[in-house]
Formats: sequence, structure tokens, C-alpha cells
Amino acid sequence: MKRTFADLHLRVNSNDTAVAQELIGKAAELGYRLIAIPFSLETRETETEKLRAVCLDAKIDFASRIDLYPKTKDQLTHLLRKLRRRFELVGVVCENKEVARQAAKDRRVDLLSFQSLDYRSRFFDWAEAELASSSLAALEIDIKPLFVLEGPPRVRLLSCLRREVSIAKEFHVPVIISSGASNRQLLRKPREIAAFASLFGLSEVTALDAVSTNPSTIVRRNREKLSQGFVAPGIRVVKEGRDC
Amino acid sequence: MKRIKRRYIGLLIDSDSVFTEREFLDAVWAAIARLYGEYGASQTGLAPISFDEANKVAILRTSLGTLQLVRAAIASITRITGKAATVHVTSISGTLKSLREKNVTNPQGHQKKA
Repeated sequence: MKRTFADLHLRVNSNDTAVAQELIGKAAELGYRLIAIPFSLETRETETEKLRAVCLDAKIDFASRIDLYPKTKDQLTHLLRKLRRRFELVGVVCENKEVARQAAKDRRVDLLSFQSLDYRSRFFDWAEAELASSSLAALEIDIKPLFVLEGPPRVRLLSCLRREVSIAKEFHVPVIISSGASNRQLLRKPREIAAFASLFGLSEVTALDAVSTNPSTIVRRNREKLSQGFVAPGIRVVKEGRDC
Repeated sequence: MKRIKRRYIGLLIDSDSVFTEREFLDAVWAAIARLYGEYGASQTGLAPISFDEANKVAILRTSLGTLQLVRAAIASITRITGKAATVHVTSISGTLKSLREKNVTNPQGHQKKA
């Protein structure tokens, strides 16, 4: 079956339409059929619609996303309660262990992101993976730092990623590889990203799943949840009224 | 002796600048050496086949066993002679003939719409 490639992390400034058009057009040209753009809390509905229209022109599916940067677990649960139903994807950037653990066990979180280059601040260990495996969270890996960094920092990051991917594999936590690109020079074809993922221990098939099946599954599942009539997975209201 | 299987890789340079074949090859070798070291680079059996400066396309040959390795290294190129550049793989084939046919039918190596 033909794969639908997805990039769930395109960093587009929603106010700069020209750059957004260029980046979305390039993503479509490189073979992506689904992209997600993270918005901030202040983003207005009109900006989202504008980007949706740009994606429609480029014949590419668009998913709205929000990245949360909570400092405490209470702040995280508060933000999730407020925002979960407004966005198709919710990512949590885990900057401390307390937030990382809460995000891993909360079923409203889709993506766990660890952006620090310091291995002591990356909290994806066995305990984190065990929690994530019982919820629905996936581990998101941005490929951008690997293109930007050189020398020892890149070596250290590759080593961290190899460890995290091996833990994720052991606990069956889905891995998602995103570009994290903010300009077209940092965008790569999905198969190139999959080849690059071999550097941190993903096999070719698993890496291709990380840029196609895994992200598509999350978006499909969330769209179903956000659709009208959804009751629980596999159960939906098909008809309402006295004649049912 | 076992025959070494090879693959031909069609490449497209995405940049606003123009580069010579030497500059391009230096960037590819540097990327491979950075990621896999000189020992890894020596195993790739990388060889230039053709380079079109005007259209910014190139064909390289590598051994089948190190194809993914070369692909990853090519993806890691962000600069050529200090100028911003990206190199995309447009096609991969076992023979030069079929690679050129693929390049004619789909020069940018883009995905066909489902």
C-alpha cells in the first residue's frame, strides 16, 4: 500500500504568508501529504483558516497543533483542559521531570517532545516509556538539530536519540520523526529522513513508519474524537430522536 | 569472487548558487566523512558518473550495502562551499539506463499523487 507521508512539525509564522506558502509548497513538492503547524495560544482563528487555505491550494492535508511548555503538572492539566478540543494535535515540550511524567500518563497528550541537548534534561527513560506505553503519547524527534549541529554536540545528541529510540522500541511507544523546519533548506524528502534515522538505530521500515503510518494514525484518531457524534473509540451516534 | 552490486543515485541540488563538480563532490565526501569517518567513507565505493552544472543535477554510484549510509550523508548536507544548499535524491536505480529513464519521466523525483 502506498504510504502517506506526514510532517507534524513545520515551524511556520502564520503572519508571514509568503514564507508559509513557500514552505508548504516545498513540503508538498517533496512528497508530504499531511502537515501540522504548531500555533501559539494567541493565534486567532483567522490565521489558522488562512494557513488551511494555503494547504488546500498546495493539495496537502493540514492539521492544527499546539505545543505546550508547562512549568508544572498542574499547569499542564489546566492547559489540556482548556485547549484539547481546539486542536487536532497536542504536543508537550517536557522541560522538567514532573511535567514529563504527567504528560506521559495523560491520554490527552499526543506528542512528547524533548528539545534539550543536555542528556540530563531529556527525561525519556524507562519509567517515562512505561507510562507513555499505557497512554496514547508518542515520542517526537525533530530532525532539524541534527542538520544544524556539528561535531561533539551532534555526537551527543545522536547518542541520546539512540538510547531513547531503543527504550521506545522496548515499550512499544510509537516514534514520530518531524522536520522542525522553519525554512525550505531544512526540509528533506521523507525517505531521506528515514535514511537519516538509521543513524539513531531505526530500521528502514520503522523509520518509514515514523514519517508515515504513526503520524497519520494519530491525526486520524484525533479527528474521529473531535468529530460530532463520537462517544468512544468504535462507538458513535448515528441517529438521534424519538424514532430510533 | 562475489560480484559487488551497485546502485546509481540521481541527485538534484537545491540552491540559489551554482557549484562546480569538484565543489559538489567535496561536500558529499565531507558529509560522509563527518558522519561515518574515513573508514566508513572508504566502504561506500562512491564514484561520480555525471554532473550537469546548469541543471544542478548529478549522478553518483555507490555499493548497494552502503546505499542508506550515503543517502543519510547526502541528506545532512546544508552548505556547499559555505553557501546554503540542499541535495535531494531524485531516483535510485541498478542501471544507468533505467535511472536516466526515470529522470526523464519524473525529473524532480516527486511522489506521484495517489
